[in-house]
Amino acid sequence: MTTLHEPGDAVAASDAPVARVARTPRKIRRLTPDDWTSLVGALLASFALVTLIYEHLLNLSGVLGYLVCWYAAFVVVYATVLRMANSRKVVIERLVTVTLYLAASIVVGALLSTVVYTFAQGFHAYVHLNFFTHDMTGVSPTAPLSQGGILHAIVGTVIEVAIAVIASVPLGIGTAVYLSEVGGRWSQSVRTVVEAMTALPEILAGLFVYVVLIVYVGMPKTGLAVSLAMAVTMVPIIARASEVALRVVPNGLREASEALGATHWRTVYKVVLPSARAGLATATILAVARGIGETAVPLITSGASSFLNFNPVTNPMNSLPLYIYTSYTTHEPSAVTRAFGAASVLLAMVVVLFVVTRFLSRDKGAPR
Amino acid sequence: MSTSTPETLEPRQSRVSRQLDPGFERSDRIFHKASTLIGLSTLVLTGAIGLFLGEQSIPTLSHYGLAFFTGTQWQPEIDKIGIASVLVGTAEVAFVAVCVAFPLAIMFALFISDFAPRRIKSSLISAIDLMAAVPSIIYGLWGFFLLQPKAMDLSRWLSQHFGWFFLFHVDTDPNAAVWQQSRYTSSVFIVGLAVSMMAIPLACAVMRSVFDLTPLGEREAAMALGATRWGVVRTVVLPFAKGGIIGGTMLALGRALGETAAVLVIISPAYGINFHVLEAGGQTVSALIAGNFGNATKAQLSALLTAGFVLFLITLAVNYGAAIVIRRSRSGAATEI
Repeated sequence: MTTLHEPGDAVAASDAPVARVARTPRKIRRLTPDDWTSLVGALLASFALVTLIYEHLLNLSGVLGYLVCWYAAFVVVYATVLRMANSRKVVIERLVTVTLYLAASIVVGALLSTVVYTFAQGFHAYVHLNFFTHDMTGVSPTAPLSQGGILHAIVGTVIEVAIAVIASVPLGIGTAVYLSEVGGRWSQSVRTVVEAMTALPEILAGLFVYVVLIVYVGMPKTGLAVSLAMAVTMVPIIARASEVALRVVPNGLREASEALGATHWRTVYKVVLPSARAGLATATILAVARGIGETAVPLITSGASSFLNFNPVTNPMNSLPLYIYTSYTTHEPSAVTRAFGAASVLLAMVVVLFVVTRFLSRDKGAPR
Repeated sequence: MSTSTPETLEPRQSRVSRQLDPGFERSDRIFHKASTLIGLSTLVLTGAIGLFLGEQSIPTLSHYGLAFFTGTQWQPEIDKIGIASVLVGTAEVAFVAVCVAFPLAIMFALFISDFAPRRIKSSLISAIDLMAAVPSIIYGLWGFFLLQPKAMDLSRWLSQHFGWFFLFHVDTDPNAAVWQQSRYTSSVFIVGLAVSMMAIPLACAVMRSVFDLTPLGEREAAMALGATRWGVVRTVVLPFAKGGIIGGTMLALGRALGETAAVLVIISPAYGINFHVLEAGGQTVSALIAGNFGNATKAQLSALLTAGFVLFLITLAVNYGAAIVIRRSRSGAATEI
């Protein structure tokens, strides 16, 4: 927190201008002992106050309400304590700061609780090795967790995502190259549409592919249909993130390449794209992380199946999100545990992809 | 009076001047054409989604006419189909989600850009990105099993004290000693809370990127004039980033309107226009489609595709508006110092 001087301080300092000049730079983001004590004191005081009156005097109950009351009491106490020694500006600044800390901890807490809860609930499913090596052929939803597994869903997800990547990366990066390197009359509208498409509901991509491939072409519901619907949602994500990655490539590299006589195509292919490699990989992985979790798409374009299927063009192919959803809808305790086990695997995949992204974008020219 | 004849002039004029710009090589022309084609394919794709869904919805629209938009029932068995209540439900979910997501997203974005200690800044950015990457079905499970029991207390408290306000009304006695828990489960409110988990990172990422673009000179000028950090935020960052804040919120709204999996997991389908968000039951367009797609007849399928077409038009309008607002806010709004 910033320690601030009051206007009064400045006047006092100007009375004796000689000796007051600080030799070491003041640390503006460090809390002084005074700040610490008022903060901790206000926290403790409001805690004690609310504990005393919450259930006995106000006759309220519930953890959530308790926290809200604690916060309200804390704001009042803290403001009072600060006002004793500080100007109004400082008080507002401090209160804003603690409010922002609170908001940040709510968001981070919600995220952490999601991750921890999923892994904790799925624990009884994924401790069994058969969970990873078997499929659900002939296993009923009520069967104990030592039978059956999600191998078919894992395999399905991996195959579908692989096909979706093959379909969407050339289109996505091509669009990014068009937007950032070539440009032209349409580039502004393409950019706006791409930006709007990044938030396209996945269910619409599923419906689109359903209408085109299954209604018009007459294909059966398969893993390929899922992949193509995934690709529809992944292209705009890749395009947008890649464009950002291409734009941070220094212009000097492009100019140097052209000055050496390279054609535009060779400049893009040999200089621009390789320089933005990390950013392009990040864009792809972000899109994969998004595509891997799509539930509505497989629900519409492929049915759930309980057996292992390596072939994306015949028979339905299960995938992790679809497996989670169908197990959840049975409302059987062991099936729900399996759903959480599958959710843990899915979440682990996303986290791994995410860590890889961080690793890639850390070296040279982070694309964000 | 003799004028010099053209023959006496320098012969240079007759020569053809050298072409300084020989144009692009053949490979480049192909490259430009190809990449333009790829770029335009996204436009074509968006158009194709609209066209195909629109084409599929013709039979339904001609059969039901305007009643498709005004009817509140979804009973294909007796040939009564209308999406009015579902549209209201979608709007309610999105409204709750944005009401929760907007303050948290803007505060988190401000925290990252201006208030957080520098050491944890990059971890916070990772956290928000990870939050965006967590699959929506997982938020659905989280909302149903972990959040719902906690949020029901809040629902009850709201209906106890603010039940006179029509949004918070619940059709049961909120003060009963043994309260009817089933009246509070699977409500639009709880769905909205879960959906806000997906809306927060989207809005936050846009807002943060715009906050970071605030001209350093203006920040420093405010600091030099003695502003506190909050003063800088209030007078420089927020006015500068107005477009990004609006755009990010609209983008989050678009996401919330189209969210499927989390809604499908939590909500218990109920039709009929009902503004009591804390009460059990509700339905959104996307959950309607996903929930009924599996066992739909041909006519019902067309009705579901029509609902999808309506959702497409709504989300495209919202997202397109958001994209335009964000684009404007990013270009040329800065003062160069």
